Amino acid sequence: MTGDVALARPRSGWSRLIGFNLLTAVVLGIAGYYLGWFVGHHVTGPSVDYFGDIDQNDISVALGYLLGVVGFLVGLGFANYPFARLRGYPPSLREKESEGVGRYFGLCTDHKVVGMQYLCGIGLFFFIGGLNAMLIRFELLRPGMQAFPAGQYLTLVGIHGSMMMGMMTSGILGPFANYLVPLMIGARRMAFPRIEALTFWLLMAAGAILTTTIFFGGFPTGWTGYQPLMDQANAGMDSYIVFFALVGVSMSLLGLNMLATIVTMRAPGLTWSRLPIFCWGVVSTAILMLLAAPVLVAVLSMGLLDRTAQTTFFVVQGGGSPYLYENLFWVFGHPEVYILALPGFAIVLEIIPVFARKPLWGYRLAVAGLLGVSLLSWLVWQHHIFFSGINSNLRPFYMFSTELISIPTGFTFICGLMTLWRGNIRYSVPLLFCLAWFFNFLIGGLSGVFLSDVPSDTTTHGSFFSMAHFHYTIMGGLVFTFFAAIYYWVPKMTGFQLNERLGKIHFWTMFITFNSTFAPLFAIGFLDQPRRAVSYAPSLQFLNDWASVSAFCLGISMLLFLYNFVYSLAFARIPAGANPWGSRSLEFQLPSPVPVHNFDRIPVIAGDIYDYGTPAPAPTAVPAPAGGAS
Amino acid sequence: MRDGPIYPRAVTTGRKLTGVAAAIALAGVLIGFYIANYLVGNTPAFRATPVAAKQKTVDLVIQTVAAVGPQLAPTHPDWVSYLVRNAQGRWERSTVFTVPADALVRVTIYNYDGASGLRNPYLGQPRGLVGPELVDGKPVAAFSPDQPSHTFAIPDLGVLVPIAPVSDKGEDGPNACGYAPCTMAQAHRTIQFTFRSGKKGHYRWQCFVPCAAGFEYGFGGPMQTVGYMDGYVNVV
Amino acid sequence: MAESLTQSAEGAAEISHGRRFLAWWLGISVVATPLVAIFLGPAIPPGHGSVEAAGQVVDNTVLVAVSTPVCAFVLVLLVYSLTVFRNRTGALEDGAPIRGNNRIQVLWVAITSATVLSLAAFGSYELVNDGAGGGQGPSAAFTPAGYQKALDVQVIGQQWEFTYRYPAAGGVETSELVLPENTLVRLHVTSLDAIHSFWAYELGVKADANPGVDNVAYVTTKGPLTFHVRCAELCGLWHGYMEDVGHVVSPSDYASWLDRQKTLDAPIMKYLPPYATTYLPDPQQRAG
Repeated sequence: MTGDVALARPRSGWSRLIGFNLLTAVVLGIAGYYLGWFVGHHVTGPSVDYFGDIDQNDISVALGYLLGVVGFLVGLGFANYPFARLRGYPPSLREKESEGVGRYFGLCTDHKVVGMQYLCGIGLFFFIGGLNAMLIRFELLRPGMQAFPAGQYLTLVGIHGSMMMGMMTSGILGPFANYLVPLMIGARRMAFPRIEALTFWLLMAAGAILTTTIFFGGFPTGWTGYQPLMDQANAGMDSYIVFFALVGVSMSLLGLNMLATIVTMRAPGLTWSRLPIFCWGVVSTAILMLLAAPVLVAVLSMGLLDRTAQTTFFVVQGGGSPYLYENLFWVFGHPEVYILALPGFAIVLEIIPVFARKPLWGYRLAVAGLLGVSLLSWLVWQHHIFFSGINSNLRPFYMFSTELISIPTGFTFICGLMTLWRGNIRYSVPLLFCLAWFFNFLIGGLSGVFLSDVPSDTTTHGSFFSMAHFHYTIMGGLVFTFFAAIYYWVPKMTGFQLNERLGKIHFWTMFITFNSTFAPLFAIGFLDQPRRAVSYAPSLQFLNDWASVSAFCLGISMLLFLYNFVYSLAFARIPAGANPWGSRSLEFQLPSPVPVHNFDRIPVIAGDIYDYGTPAPAPTAVPAPAGGAS
Repeated sequence: MRDGPIYPRAVTTGRKLTGVAAAIALAGVLIGFYIANYLVGNTPAFRATPVAAKQKTVDLVIQTVAAVGPQLAPTHPDWVSYLVRNAQGRWERSTVFTVPADALVRVTIYNYDGASGLRNPYLGQPRGLVGPELVDGKPVAAFSPDQPSHTFAIPDLGVLVPIAPVSDKGEDGPNACGYAPCTMAQAHRTIQFTFRSGKKGHYRWQCFVPCAAGFEYGFGGPMQTVGYMDGYVNVV
Repeated sequence: MAESLTQSAEGAAEISHGRRFLAWWLGISVVATPLVAIFLGPAIPPGHGSVEAAGQVVDNTVLVAVSTPVCAFVLVLLVYSLTVFRNRTGALEDGAPIRGNNRIQVLWVAITSATVLSLAAFGSYELVNDGAGGGQGPSAAFTPAGYQKALDVQVIGQQWEFTYRYPAAGGVETSELVLPENTLVRLHVTSLDAIHSFWAYELGVKADANPGVDNVAYVTTKGPLTFHVRCAELCGLWHGYMEDVGHVVSPSDYASWLDRQKTLDAPIMKYLPPYATTYLPDPQQRAG
């Protein structure tokens, strides 16, 4: 490898801001937006006069966003390497990997930097989505109340859902898989470092685009964007479309990168049967990301064409069908929710052996569970549209396949629970969050069984029951394990401990307020309150108020976490050491924070990372023999 | 070589606290701005004018226009809209009407818009009124589906009033109203009806005619925005 | 010899833990499941307003009764492990090096599969029996007995109101849904614009209203009842307000109500299109 980790000459003062970085990207992004807007205005000539009637030009808006994203990426420097190669420069893998804090605000190919960027970027948009949730619950305090103007509630709901779904699909794979997979498999980088950085910045551009939807009137469809309502919507709908399309591209590239890395770049001795269960989770999620996300991009493109070029993919009178949208969307949408759930399973199975100090029980069964969920998730999507008028003969099949998916999900339960059995359990904050997963996903999963049962679904489809179900599985499953991962791995990523006591307070307040918020929603759903509806029967006001107040407290517990995070990492700064949890996993055999080049020499994997309990276990990794791989 | 962040100057605890305080302040400002953006667009409520001589009777005088104009709606000058006449005789773009409970609400609508037609012809019959619907002084029992230009409907109170259109000649002729507010001299139809406001409550009203030109199914834009073709009737 | 003693002591400890756990689990399940099935189950909505709704209550009762031992298993195992096997000394000690147990794995797969399959089978039975009140599309496959003589009622969803047509009464259209008691009704749900969903809560009916599609749902009414209709699919600005109150009344009341509607509707009858299972109005209206 060429010696390409060049030290940049440190520049002084404001001249440091010139160059390909976030500031340039924002400036070029805005310029790109106006260029696209201008082109859009001139493309749509006077013959398309309905744009004059509706006072919005969707082509302008969409082109503006797209060219804005192009400008954003060019400003970050993503175009530099392709152009350099075109001009004959030699290939290089690394860019800007050792320039201090500035490398976090631009294109950096160090996978660890990308992981930290993801953590902060996703965290920012998670809080924006959470703010929307607080506003929604505020609106629902009184049944007839209209705190926000009538259409804004739907935009709040739409932004909350879309932001969370778009951001949290990469919620675990983005920060943690990017940071840890090379470390866990004994590699120095991901397979495609620049694509890795690209997935992050695409996601950030997408998030910024979604927050601008309010300036175009918001959108009334919720995160699912059902046609033909999508066709009727204001220009804010285009923000949603571009947002989700970018998220889809980012997701599929992320999945590609993960698969390529894990399949091809494992260190010698790391056979598939020794692969950490977290990496198996990444593999099963990445397969779904790679294959499902393009369907989303396709269906949103069709929707955009319907809105701009007046095609009629989804308009019945033009020969189209709303069913096309529903089916294509849910072909993506169902694997999407497993993209959200599977990393949670993997993290729970990864963390529990460390704190029970026992091998992972039933490793093969756990892997089968992860891959089984991944495979079966393609076969269940019509359970989202049981009552749409689909061929009624299909419904027993989809009920069966959906119930079937609870079997591999159960494998995770038994493997995790039996790992705790006869263990030597040390309570620490990461473990607490993983234990909460069992409780939350149990409730979420069982409510899923109710929803998969067609007669029961007749009442609960489209009601708050289904909302409680997916909040229990996604928030109770994914977000809790997201925090488990943060408490477990941030000491490794930054080198500083997170305060254990504050962490435990955060855990308990979050667990209690989370259950207090969403448990009543099961009842509300069964008592005739549909989703996304701003008015409800006065008899349900007590339950709604209970949920709203608990939701505000849940928001406060998040602020508590933020306080812990900032205090521990910026003020207290207590060094964490290389292996604060006593884990056998490979990443904890490295110093904290991990050096730029990860390993001095690529190790040879000699033992199983779950080999606790044996008196003299083989070390996880041994240095490579002299003259071997470097 | 140290791989941690390289601080350009010594970062003392004081500087860190300032940084955190500044970040919190910035976050507060941004959150406030965000929420404020969502609160904008609340059209002010308009209180119907009580009729002096009669107890518990109020008047509402409304105009429906084909294009609301940049004065009244700078962002959407070409949208159709309802306007209401205030006590000073000026037209404001408010669609939230406050009326007293159990009162007779006498409504006069001057319609300056041409026909769009109903998607569901059932909605062409006036319902829920006290007395008939009068179009230019003459009672009308039902409209053919191509006729109505808009409707004024309060589904929770059972009120449904199709609004007669300006003829094609009037719509395209020299007397047509371009941007609102429109004057009595311009081509229009006068629709009058009375309904009884019932119990106290907060009821939505909407137009049922797909009159949002250019939007799919005619139900986008102004048809889905309070302040144009949708609103509330607050019965207090 | 000493090794085999310690091994068998460990083995005995393992067996006694396992037996204790099973005892706790079975004990709790045996007590809780009947309680849940008897007291909670029948109270689960949507109630007994129609035959299909009552069938859903039975289905929900079975589901909640099966969920109880599953819940108990996970929670008891969790609580048992967390209390009995926690680290008491503070030192970094290891647990037992157990990597798996084939018997338990096979048992788990077998039992969970059997449970899930029987739930799916029972749900299918409920569904195939009478359609369970759900929308089944134009050619409904799961029809209750005697469906050929069902009363046809059409539900038209539009932004943002439901209207109802009675083909047997000359296609009269109303904005209120009234049904006769003890009657098998075939609801034809369709939409004129966006996707709505007709959800009659107490009747246990939900059928999406798709433009251009005739979504058929069967419901067998029982005694007189007031039921609430809500739209269950986001359809735009007033989705949250798109609701109705419907009634199930005696046949004579139903007949007189229909007559009243026909009289009230007289002026508009000539303009109503002939009754059809779908309507395809022009999506682009003429600009005003």
